[in-house]
Amino acid sequence: MAKAMLNDVTRCIGCRACQVACKEWHDLPAEQTTNRGTYENPPDLSADTWTKIIFKEYGNDGTFRWLFRKEQCMHCTDAPCVNICPTGALQRHPTLGFVTYVRYKCSGCGYCIEFCPFDIPRRDKEANKLLGTGLMGGKCDFCFDRVSNGLEPACAKACPTGAIKFGEWEDLVIEGKQRVQVLKETHPDANLYGEQELGGLHMLYILDEKPEVYDLPVDPQMPAAATALNVGEWAGVGLGLLAGAGMFGAAMIARARMIEKKEEESAEG
Amino acid sequence: MKLTRRDFLKVCGGTVGGVALLGMLGPESFLEAAPIDIPLRKRIGEKTTICCYCGVGCGAIMAVESGKITNIEGDPDHPINKGSLCPKGEALYELANSERRLKSVLYRSPGATSWDEKPWDWAIERIARRIKDTRDSNWISQDKDGKVVNRVEAIASVGSVFTNSEEAYLMTKLQRSLGLVYIESAARICVSSAVAANTESFGRGPMSNSWIDLRNSDCVMVVGSNAAETFPVAFKWIIKAKEKGAKLIHVDPRFTRTSAKADIYARLRTGTDVAFVGGIINYVLDDMEQRPENYNTEYVREYTNASFLINQDFKFEDGIFSGYDSSSRSYDKSSWQYQLDGNGNPKVDKSLRDPHCVFQLLKKHFSRYDVDTVCKITGTPKEDYLEACRTFAATGAAGKAGAIVLSSGACQHTQGTQNVRAYGILQLLLGNMGIAGGGINGIAGASNGLGCSVQGRLFHWLPGTLSSPTADQQSLEEYVKANGNEAYIVSLLKSWYGDNATAANDYGFNWLPKGSGNYSFVPLLDAMHSGTIKGLICWGMNPAVSGPNSSYIREALSKLDWMVVIDLWETETAAFWKRPGVDPASIDTEVFFLPAASSLEKEGSVCNSSRWVQWRYKGIEPPGEAMDDLWITNRLMLELKQLYGTEGGPNADVISGLTWEYGDSPDVHRVAKEINGYDLETGQLVPDLTKLKADGTTTSGNWIFCGSYTEEGNMAALRDPSPGPFNIGLFPKWAWAWPLNRRIWYNRASVDVEGKPWDVNRPVIEWDSLIEGWMGDTPDGGWPPISISGKYPFIMKPQGRAHLFGPGRLDGPLPEHYEPWESPVMNPMTSQQSDPVLKLWNWDKKGTPDKYPILATTFRLVEHLHTGSFTRNLPWLVELMPEMFIEISEELANETGITNGEKVIVESARGEVQALAMVTKRLRPFSINGQGKIHQIAIPWNWGYMGLSKGDSGNLLTSCIADANTGIPELRAFLCNIRRV
Repeated sequence: MAKAMLNDVTRCIGCRACQVACKEWHDLPAEQTTNRGTYENPPDLSADTWTKIIFKEYGNDGTFRWLFRKEQCMHCTDAPCVNICPTGALQRHPTLGFVTYVRYKCSGCGYCIEFCPFDIPRRDKEANKLLGTGLMGGKCDFCFDRVSNGLEPACAKACPTGAIKFGEWEDLVIEGKQRVQVLKETHPDANLYGEQELGGLHMLYILDEKPEVYDLPVDPQMPAAATALNVGEWAGVGLGLLAGAGMFGAAMIARARMIEKKEEESAEG
Repeated sequence: MKLTRRDFLKVCGGTVGGVALLGMLGPESFLEAAPIDIPLRKRIGEKTTICCYCGVGCGAIMAVESGKITNIEGDPDHPINKGSLCPKGEALYELANSERRLKSVLYRSPGATSWDEKPWDWAIERIARRIKDTRDSNWISQDKDGKVVNRVEAIASVGSVFTNSEEAYLMTKLQRSLGLVYIESAARICVSSAVAANTESFGRGPMSNSWIDLRNSDCVMVVGSNAAETFPVAFKWIIKAKEKGAKLIHVDPRFTRTSAKADIYARLRTGTDVAFVGGIINYVLDDMEQRPENYNTEYVREYTNASFLINQDFKFEDGIFSGYDSSSRSYDKSSWQYQLDGNGNPKVDKSLRDPHCVFQLLKKHFSRYDVDTVCKITGTPKEDYLEACRTFAATGAAGKAGAIVLSSGACQHTQGTQNVRAYGILQLLLGNMGIAGGGINGIAGASNGLGCSVQGRLFHWLPGTLSSPTADQQSLEEYVKANGNEAYIVSLLKSWYGDNATAANDYGFNWLPKGSGNYSFVPLLDAMHSGTIKGLICWGMNPAVSGPNSSYIREALSKLDWMVVIDLWETETAAFWKRPGVDPASIDTEVFFLPAASSLEKEGSVCNSSRWVQWRYKGIEPPGEAMDDLWITNRLMLELKQLYGTEGGPNADVISGLTWEYGDSPDVHRVAKEINGYDLETGQLVPDLTKLKADGTTTSGNWIFCGSYTEEGNMAALRDPSPGPFNIGLFPKWAWAWPLNRRIWYNRASVDVEGKPWDVNRPVIEWDSLIEGWMGDTPDGGWPPISISGKYPFIMKPQGRAHLFGPGRLDGPLPEHYEPWESPVMNPMTSQQSDPVLKLWNWDKKGTPDKYPILATTFRLVEHLHTGSFTRNLPWLVELMPEMFIEISEELANETGITNGEKVIVESARGEVQALAMVTKRLRPFSINGQGKIHQIAIPWNWGYMGLSKGDSGNLLTSCIADANTGIPELRAFLCNIRRV
């Protein structure tokens, strides 16, 4: 059964326990930040920041609101990044439904960055320097290890107000719809975001305003190029394609890293 | 041959041809499926602890591997946080593994420019020597009237509000036995006014209900608090209430993360809470007359002093109550007292019509707070205000519950006590005290602020909130006459002085130091500044940042002969002698800096705001040579005992004879049992406080904790997750609540005179006439219902009635709006501009609106705790809130040309700070009483000159001017000006 997380923005207090919990579980270092005239920090997702709360001052005077939304990988069912990834570093988990990222397989081609409709993947600047080519930085891994061991993702567990819920995708969609019905009485634009988008997102949102207010794309689509370059078709076309477009070197490194990893494992074994 | 990664890359890039490599790449490497299951990257812990930050008291679990904490997350079984934590709690891992912790004893000799490392033995011996010399040469055995006082004023102690209760108890025992009277903590400057107010209104100071109980509320009014940031996990229960249809009202000068979730946000000018709530009181009193069916009038008539007649001489004219003496700036309270009948009982008029009855006086007083007048004072938009009135007043019906949540925003005003008194009056009129989902909640902002305070970390309290003896109490009899509580003070004396305490010597009562005045935090600063105090012991407190008028405090520290700081971090206080702008060589203070253990590195109990005493376990050893406070206190006392044993000195016998048998490595359980107390005849632990005796046959270090550690075991360690009776979330077998494991205070007010709950859906207790006993929570007073026993529910008040009219406070029996000491406007209510009895100190310069036209308030953030001494040392939290800033409105930015993110200087009559300007729509100017636009800015007080993230301290701007009742300074309302750098 596919799993999902449901971010109910109406419950979020912007405390960012989720951001710290993510860093704690994944041993991600703190970033050097500055105060840029907003509570929001770090300024952007990065290899060291896989999720963050977006703060937005919205409306004026009588209608003024302070909005918070958790930003992270949406774990699309029809994920453009999975389709486009030439090395299989990004894959859709066959049963749990979310998008996994295996760093050592990543060639750093950057296609996922280009084609993500939600603008989530980021380059790892450190790795970039080291290898002379781009490696995609880490992204939300849905706490794959926790989930496969029967635990909630770290952010969902941390959330003090239940603004991040973890569960079965179908159940959360039902819960989300019920909550939206209630919210519509006071917030006519309330909606559940992610049920239909890209075959269903595994990061669902209960929104009390239109998606664009929360900087979410309305009706995001699989880019045509991502469909054309589906990795499944790649295999059929053959490896000749690899030789072009500077992909070769990247693939080479990916291969190198994979072999190294296997060596390490066998050495430990 | 084994290739390293580097070798392999070299091979690939250099010698192997592209074609060959292509051959190595099979399609399977790209299409390999993602793994289905992978092992956990970290262990999930099983050792439990309680978070060290705020007063919510969340549980966490520690995974310990090879002596290191490898993971800490919320305890999923804990009923308060259910596995969740706030960002500070989530960053406990960094606390456990911080390289920035102090790991060895540091010493700074007078005039030195740097620290030297020293061994513990050397430091303890030298500190004991300095304490003894200072004490002995400044000993006061008698005051000028010849009264025995046995005290020393030359040594002061500040802190802690974070240490375990057993440690706090031992610190008090040590310090009182030495004769110290200047014993204070951050609790004084944080929320002391709420304690004074609630004690007047209901009989006890702390939070009445519990965090979980907020879920039972129909309406939560957060006023003078930013609960989403100061008590983030408690907000879980507000959100739960909201989802069941409850309304959230947020009353605050700033639109905060709490306001973002509110159904009604009512903004008000800082320092105008009395007007705001006074207006709601007026609305309720009017509405009650027109629609009595919407209110629980029986509650008001029977359970409050509404019907009591007040002395006919009582008057209120132009902002002054009767009895005012302008020369001493104080009130004679005699005209505020009840009219008495022939038996000495108050006269009552149950019809509530007598013009001298409290109810009529209340109506008369608050009728002046009509909606238009209130909004003129507070600047609240009228529609928002009326909606707040209507919504909260709707909780007045029997069967409805409204809760008030407050914290230091309400308390840190010259009107702090009266602000919270106003909340109390409102809650009583609405019948919201004692019931599930009601109460006055919040208050303690530190993880053991309440626990440490009730172990005597404030000058006016001994353990158990027993009053500190004063010079006019020359015998136990005189003390008991003034304070009652004979069994409790005798049991305390027996705990401390053991066999030396006998009936013949008043159980050693005169060995306790007797005070002759006010030793609270600001007078303490003054005594330090003037040189009366020569030595300071600072336990985990950071007054150089948290205190009012910080530059005055930093100067005062420079005048000390010696200072001992016990802390985890190099705080601004520890490093005051090398602060920016001073020459260390010019400062002669000798500083001992002792490395302390964190909460994760020791065992003991901690008491949350709702009085739950929770046991936490040791996860790891402290780093380096750091030691826990229990060890440090014990080691120091053993040294002092030896010194006094061999050399003698004033009252040396008291020190030598003090019971102190905890061993070299003190056992915290032994201390916890001493706090609970023993029956000396059986040698067994006393089961509860009702068994304590005044005849010297029982001991108890702290009577309100009696029952926390009995022959049945350590009650604080209980972890039974069953929700308990009536399913209202009492969790009676999870930890233990003082006193008597009572979870909701004043709960006999939740039932009618027959013992039937007002609210059948959310009963707290209920009288079962078949078994002739109470069901539910521990009743607040075990007597049968009022109809049988005649015992009224507010048992700590003389007639069992709560005080709508409060004759006991120093600044008036009813709240009245006065302007803050510094205000941009004239008081629209009366010609009395500011509180006529507020505490003035001569060193505070007063700013006037012509020079400082902008109103300012201070605040704190969820990401940083208090002075930031913990959190500004933890990278994940610094990442979230990296720099000192201030919040200003777009309107003020436009007028001053300040842009978002620009550096600015804020200046008050006391000092100036540099900060980044955050221009935001969340603040707006106020229109007050037709005086045009009043700008208000907001300044966090979480920064200082040490730590990973350094910045100016907001309290450089504030003043020491204080509330008359408790001396809490007005940190939340003052005047300033702002300019671009």
